Amino acid sequence: MKLDQYLSVHAAALDVRGKRTELIANNLANADTPGYQARDIDFRQAMARAAGETPASGVHLSTTRAGHIGAGATSEAAANPDLKYRTPLAPALDGNTVDAQLEQAAFAENAVRYQATLTFLNSKFRGLLTAIMGN
Amino acid sequence: MSSFKTFDIAGSGMSAQSVRLNTTASNLANAESVSGDPNAVYKARHPIFEAVRAQLNAAGPQTAQSGPAVRVSGIYESQAPAAARYEPGNPLANEQGYVYAPAVNVVEEMVNMISASRSYQNNVEVMNTSKDLLLATLRLGQG
Repeated sequence: MKLDQYLSVHAAALDVRGKRTELIANNLANADTPGYQARDIDFRQAMARAAGETPASGVHLSTTRAGHIGAGATSEAAANPDLKYRTPLAPALDGNTVDAQLEQAAFAENAVRYQATLTFLNSKFRGLLTAIMGN
Repeated sequence: MSSFKTFDIAGSGMSAQSVRLNTTASNLANAESVSGDPNAVYKARHPIFEAVRAQLNAAGPQTAQSGPAVRVSGIYESQAPAAARYEPGNPLANEQGYVYAPAVNVVEEMVNMISASRSYQNNVEVMNTSKDLLLATLRLGQG
């Protein structure tokens, strides 16, 4: 039995949750920056990638000649395929799309889910310890 | 490790908001600093916030950020004209008896102050929560 397999999705989930914490912290830090666009992580897609699947990614433009440019070809989008821009409910006049209350809610939700993942991992380790000690 | 970046991000937010609070305090304190010369009068100061763009790291495809998340790229002085007041008894008044008061909008500054302090609190909250999460992660497997 491999430890990675035993921990199943929870190790990857912890990683993705950690990244999401960072992203939302970034959004909150830039709540008053003109022109800043709020970002979030596509959790389902990130987890699918962590599981080794290649998630179906949006629309593609077929390129038939050397000079053609495919959709989503920016280097940043290619390097961080799971990062998405948040659709703003009421964008500010200065171009900022951070909704502080929404981000706070997302941050709290993410923190609770992070702790849930920690609880899962803890119980996995406790199970292992019980198996090792035998009592 | 990526988790510690949250502290840098929240810290940069707190630092930017405290610069904003500082400029607000300076503007409010100088709201009545009159001068006889309209060009020498105090001008309201405001910080310019700038998001630090995500920098790509060839080593790790998922790395989002290097360095802090927000920075104060500069402080600009308001170009609004000073308000002239007729106060011939004021020792600072010019020959015509006018003194010039800085164009500080006190209501605007108060709103700015409240907004800055709320944003600061937001960042403190983010830092506290991240600290709790990290400490819980460190205790992983201990029971």
